[in-house]
Order: sequence, then structure tokens, then C-alpha cells
Amino acid sequence: MGKALTVDHLHVSYYGKEVIKDVSFSIDTGKLVGIIGPNGAGKSTIMKATLGLIPKDKGNVRVLGKPLKAIRKKIAYVPQRNNLDWDFPINVIDTVLLGTYPHLGLMRRPNAKQKDWAFQCLKEVGMEDYSKQQIGELSGGQQQRVFLARALAQKAELFFLDEPFVGIDVSSETTIIQILKKLRDKGKTVLVVHHDLTKVEDYFDELILLNKELVDFGPVQEVFKPEKITRAYRANLSILENVGVKM
Amino acid sequence: MEFIQDLMNYGFLQKALFTSIMVGIICGVIGCFIILRGMALMGDAISHAILPGVAISFMLGINYFYGAVVIGLLTAVGIGYISQNSRIKSDSSIGIVFSSFFALGVILITKASTAIDLTQILFGNVLSVQSSDMWLTLIIGAIVLLIVILFYKEFLITTFDPTMAQAYGLPVRFIHYVIMILLTLVTVASLQTVGVILVVAMLITPASTAYLLTNRLSTMIFLSAFFGALSAVIGLYFSSEYNLSSGAVIVLATTFIFILAFIFSPKQGILWRAIREKRNKASI
Repeated sequence: MGKALTVDHLHVSYYGKEVIKDVSFSIDTGKLVGIIGPNGAGKSTIMKATLGLIPKDKGNVRVLGKPLKAIRKKIAYVPQRNNLDWDFPINVIDTVLLGTYPHLGLMRRPNAKQKDWAFQCLKEVGMEDYSKQQIGELSGGQQQRVFLARALAQKAELFFLDEPFVGIDVSSETTIIQILKKLRDKGKTVLVVHHDLTKVEDYFDELILLNKELVDFGPVQEVFKPEKITRAYRANLSILENVGVKM
Repeated sequence: MEFIQDLMNYGFLQKALFTSIMVGIICGVIGCFIILRGMALMGDAISHAILPGVAISFMLGINYFYGAVVIGLLTAVGIGYISQNSRIKSDSSIGIVFSSFFALGVILITKASTAIDLTQILFGNVLSVQSSDMWLTLIIGAIVLLIVILFYKEFLITTFDPTMAQAYGLPVRFIHYVIMILLTLVTVASLQTVGVILVVAMLITPASTAYLLTNRLSTMIFLSAFFGALSAVIGLYFSSEYNLSSGAVIVLATTFIFILAFIFSPKQGILWRAIREKRNKASI
């Protein structure tokens, strides 16, 4: 089994304040990995820094054994839903079609082949009946499924999803996790930023437990233990203790 | 019909017609990207800020086009630099930079040269378009349209989802500056027709009208270009027949079309929306 993603001594700061301190981990291909931790733990930040979307202070990232720059097109990223313009004049199928852009050269337009493929991806997430709708007319769960379809259209080896389950309905969540597991079974590597601790054990193979520093990384059975979770969330718990909340 | 007769007979009217139609089209096209990127104010800023560029070009005896493009880019870079490197929000940094350039331009133009008429630059006069101006506009227009056609895909994705574009390796910031260059070119091309004060209306109003009518970017661009060109022709007609300021009439024509769309647009128009709401309430 090859290494899908290796992160080595990663440091990231915002305006001089360190938010990721010396994080290292290494993920095998074909794993479904959850990134969990309290608010402000740097979950989204570590994902963005790994993808080169924000500058890092120090550290090395290798994807499938290569430097990030050489392999960007093998990665599909689904950002948080709230930083998009949902009034943009684009419909569902054209949004999915954007997923074919990375593999089209400059100045080349998608043709029937790409459109066909986009429609298949849309079917995969069960949204084919909505293909002509403007994206803002969909519910949160439907929007998330459309963006997963776009990621599928990218034919990537690695999938990065930032809080995909926030504010969506149960059936969309089920559809999405099933598709992610299917990707994993096909040997793809999937990373998910996640904050709901209740379903962690059902969803993921491995966990990255984060609170600015790496608290633990490994198989979910080993990492998802009360003492480790408490350690990661300690900063927040001690605030509660200070104001007199008994746990 | 007299207008058509005049068009056949007078060369200056033909030049004015070609120039203003081209200005309407390219402002409409670039305007779509400007409003979708939330940069309407940026269009206003660049159009005002090129004034010192025009003045300096006249002093150096070169075509005003070169000075304007350099200053336009300097404005875009300056605005970006201030808002990225301080807590100043981008609308404030736009205000600071463009008013400074505009003020500088007013002083330079009034002090340095008697050859340029400030009013003409501020408000435009399409009926005084020379052959060289017409060719400049047509060439700029052709370049702008060609770039938009060739890089449509890249413009679309960096406008809609810059994060994804960056994640798969597109040079998002470079594309931003390409759009700024195009915006500056379009503004310079519009100087003669509508002037620097009103060019922002040509950029924003037809694009906003189109935005109310469609859910497809490509359709929006075509509609916007069409509304821009239509307004230009209407404006030219009224300004030549009734001796009115061409820029002002063209802008009012864009406004008139916008109001129609605002009221009657099938999906977004306030009229149908009111009718739908009433029907829904009645059916409960």
C-alpha cells in the first residue's frame, strides 16, 4: 500500500499567531480519514495548508510521493458551503461540469464527452432530476451533493471535504457517506473535516485528532478513546470548569 | 427615418455609431464579470483614476491610451495592496486610491495643457469621434472579446469558485489582474463615448439587467452586450437629433432598460413576484 499523503513538521500561522504547531502524519491510500478536534483547533486550516491554499511557515507535504505542485489535478476539494455566491448564474449540471476543467487544457471547452461524464456523476449523487435548476434554489443537502458530484467529475485520487455534513438533511448525509465509502473501496483516499463526534466510529477508518498540535493519529479504534478526546478538547473543558460547570 | 438618412450621409455619425456600439458590447461583456466578482466599485475607481494617465500622456505627446492603461493598473494594484496589508476594508481603500488619482488628474489637466478639454474627458462626446479613435476602440474591442472567448472557462471558474481554481493550480491572482487590464482597456475605449464619470453605468447597468433575466453566465454576457449596444444606439440617436450630451443619454437608456427588467423579469421582476405571492396567499 502506497502513501497517499505525507505531512511533515507542518507549521502554519495567521498574523504571527501559530495555529498549527509541528504536525506530522502519513496516510495510506484507500483510507477514509476524519479530522476532528474542538473549535479553533485548526481543522480547516490544516486542510487548506496541505492543499497549498494558504502559506505555511514550515513543513513539507507530499501527495502520492510527489510534491503538491506536480499532483494538484489528482486532488478534489469540496470547501465549506458558506463561502460561495449561491446567486451566481449557473445551474446544477454546469456546476458539476466545472469538475472536468482541471483536465481540459487552456482554451479548451468541455464537449459532449465531458457533459456526459458530468451527468453520470450527477446521477451518482441522485441529483439528475435537478440538472437545470439554479444552484441557489436547492436545499443545503442537495447543494452538498452537487459539489460532491463536481468532485467526482474531477476523477481525483484524493478527496478533501471540509465540514460536508453541516446543516444538511439525514438522507443527503447518508448518500454522501456511502459515496465516500465507495470511493475508499476503489482505493481512493478521502479526508473529511468533521465536528460531530457521535458518528465518528461508523464513518472513518482513521482519525487525525487535532488541537493546534497533533493529539493523536491512527486507526479510529485506537484514537477515539475518552481519555484522548478529553485531552484534545481539554482547553475548552477547562474554560467550562473555570466558570463552574461540572462535567 | 431622418436619422438613417443622416447616418448614410455623414461620416462622423457612422464613426460615432460604430464606436458606441463597440463600447456598448465590450462594457456589457466585461461588466458581467465585474458585477459577479463584486467589483462594481472597482470599475468606478479605475475609470476615475485614469485621468492623470490621460494628462501625462498628453504632456509626453503620446496616445492617451498608454498613460491610462499604466495608471489603471497602478490603481488596481494599489487598492489590492492596501486592503490586503491592513485592516482597511476594500471599499475604503478603493475610495482612498481613486479619489487621490482623480484629484491629481484634475490638477495635471488644468495646469499642464490647454489642448485637452476636461469636460470632454469627463462626459464624453461621441459625435466628435475621429477615425483614429474609432479604430482604437475597434481594436481594443476585438482584443478584449478575443481574450474573453479564449479564456472564458478560466474567467468563469475564478469568478464563481476561486478556491477550487486555486486548488487545481490556476493562477487566480494573475487572472484577477488580467481582468483589471481588460477593465482598464474598456474604460479607455469608452472615454470618447460616455466619459470617465459615466462609464461605470455602462459597466454595471446592462450587466445587472441581464443578471435579472437569466441563470446562465453565457446568456447573461450576450444579453448584457446586446443591452449595452442597444443603449448606445438609442443614446446616439437622441444626442444627434436633439443635441443632448451623448454619454448622459446613453446612460439613461441603460437605466430605462434596467427598470423594465426590474419590473417585468419573469423570475426576478417585482411584478410577477407580487402576483405569485398573492396567488400563493389566496390558495392557502
